Amino acid sequence: MTDINYADFPDAGGHFGPYGGRFIAETLMGPVDELRQAYERYGQDPDFVAEFDRDLRQYVGRPSPLYHAERWSRELGGAQIYLKREDLNHTGAHKVNNTIGQALLAKRMGKRRVIAETGAGQHGVATATVAARFGLECVIYMGEEDIRRQAINVYRMRLLGAEVVPVTSGSRTLKDAMNEAMRDWVTTVDDTFYIIGTVAGPHPYPAMVRDFQAIIGREAREQCLQQTGRLPDALVACVGGGSNAIGLFHPFLEDEGVAMYGVEAAGEGLESGCHAAPLCAGRPGVLHGNRTYLMEDNDGQIIETHSISAGLDYPGVGPEHAWLKDIGRVQYTAITDDQALAAFHTLTRVEGIMPALESSHALAWAATLAPTMESDAILVVNLSGRGDKDIHTVAALEGIEV
Amino acid sequence: MSRIGARFDTLKAAGRTALIPFVTAGDPKPAVTVPLMHAMVAAGADLIELGVPFSDPMADGPAIQLADERALAHGVTLHQVLDMVRQFREQDDATPVVLMGYLNPIEVMGYAAFTDAAAAAGVDGVITVDLPPEEAGEILPLFREAAIDPVFLLAPTSSRQRIETVCASAGGFVYYVSIKGVTGTRRPDSTEVQQRLAQIRAVTDLPVGVGFGIRDAESAARFAEFADAVIVGSALVNRIAEFADRPDEIPQSVAALLREMRQAMDGDR
Repeated sequence: MTDINYADFPDAGGHFGPYGGRFIAETLMGPVDELRQAYERYGQDPDFVAEFDRDLRQYVGRPSPLYHAERWSRELGGAQIYLKREDLNHTGAHKVNNTIGQALLAKRMGKRRVIAETGAGQHGVATATVAARFGLECVIYMGEEDIRRQAINVYRMRLLGAEVVPVTSGSRTLKDAMNEAMRDWVTTVDDTFYIIGTVAGPHPYPAMVRDFQAIIGREAREQCLQQTGRLPDALVACVGGGSNAIGLFHPFLEDEGVAMYGVEAAGEGLESGCHAAPLCAGRPGVLHGNRTYLMEDNDGQIIETHSISAGLDYPGVGPEHAWLKDIGRVQYTAITDDQALAAFHTLTRVEGIMPALESSHALAWAATLAPTMESDAILVVNLSGRGDKDIHTVAALEGIEV
Repeated sequence: MSRIGARFDTLKAAGRTALIPFVTAGDPKPAVTVPLMHAMVAAGADLIELGVPFSDPMADGPAIQLADERALAHGVTLHQVLDMVRQFREQDDATPVVLMGYLNPIEVMGYAAFTDAAAAAGVDGVITVDLPPEEAGEILPLFREAAIDPVFLLAPTSSRQRIETVCASAGGFVYYVSIKGVTGTRRPDSTEVQQRLAQIRAVTDLPVGVGFGIRDAESAARFAEFADAVIVGSALVNRIAEFADRPDEIPQSVAALLREMRQAMDGDR
């Protein structure tokens, strides 16, 4: 492991070992390359970096705190748990770190229209938010099934001035919304910027989104050193596409003493087949512009996924995670709907913090891990989003109408 | 020489443009496909493009998305599609068959296993929509060895440098996507397409086909004036959809549509 220089990945073609790359139709090869060039140019540009940093501070409210969950740690009786509070960001999740970065890039590239796919609606809201602020036309593709499950976020996007287009093809969820956004982009490449919400898609998206989200890990690393005098022993984050996890993990990859756990959605249990855990129970394939682990059948057709949390309900995962799994740098595990729900309630009652159901997967794994660690060990969990959006889901499961 | 090369040579000698119909294998049900292929040849098809259904056809418009869904509802697999080609070859050893689909089913089967099975079934070329030459380094030598032509797409967004990169890897013919968009959704501008074809021909001697926006006899005839092949997909697939509840009539009805196109193309010469 020591001889890997993580900064060398991806290679010039966007590959993380056998994963990543640019598996897209010819029509998009030009535009994706144009994006790569723009990102290479502006990503290092002092003006761009300064504007991004300023927006993260003044608009998003960064740095987000690293909060010592003392009571919960005490109850679990093991490691000291610190929560990276991405839930306190403007729009309530880590997603906005990335949408600001991409919108700033869109502006510099002279694009007047942005499009995005969304599952739970968090990335859609974060995109609609920055589109409103920068005066960009905004179209959000969302599966018909997700529109039904996430009515409040749909209304929120419309209030922000975005057009929300229901996607009725395939399984009518996040993967189909991504297909539809790609189809839009093929048709509108001249004036449109596609803001992908996670570390997936063709190169440069996985690297670019990672870089925008790496603020999470850079802050957490500095805060941990400042608050505890040392680096954490372990990091935990939920993984759907995997942007909040990569954002936390990436700045720690060279720190060999820091263990990392990515937590997928086990849904009704990995053995049930009703889950969204490609790294734990899928196999490599090609979808949405990159090679990665996928949920697929024996003929290479993508299969439907299930998770209580719409944000994890995706059959693929970012290619860098696929690679980090294969080289053993990150351990990937999975948490069921029931375990996540229990963690949602626990954190709400014990710490007065209502986590998103996505983040609750990470919390549930932390609750399993912490008691196996010494009481002076440090465990950082990415609290990637707040739970307000999930209140209806939780209430419905308990037979309560809100 | 491959069947594709031989067919284009014959057409060129006769001064004719190739008519290439696209249908999704197994749409609306598996038993229709082989008789439909024979009927299309009888109606004037010079090559056949057979779509391999995929759950996430990102480059396709609504018509072909629905065709894929209809085929997948019958559980059509890549193995079955190859078997359809094998059956077709029992009676037709001359008409080239090109598979068109997405990479993942091929990835799952394995590049070597797919190449062997496709060659054995009588497949002449493969179009993999989401596999640009940059990612095809592993599969291209296998195709070459098995005499399967890798047919690549070029698009209105392809730069001159990309045209060179793509043509350097391409075999059989080059498929020019005449619109910025997904299949069957927009009408191409024939002047613009003609200019792009001239750019492509400056780089390659391969025949150049035009597709993605050709929907009727009139547009087929218009593009036949300067393309080496006219590829028609969504228009046929829509016809199949209309007859989905009367599958026995599909070969005849699709053939009638193709015959109109064939006549319009030949009449303009």
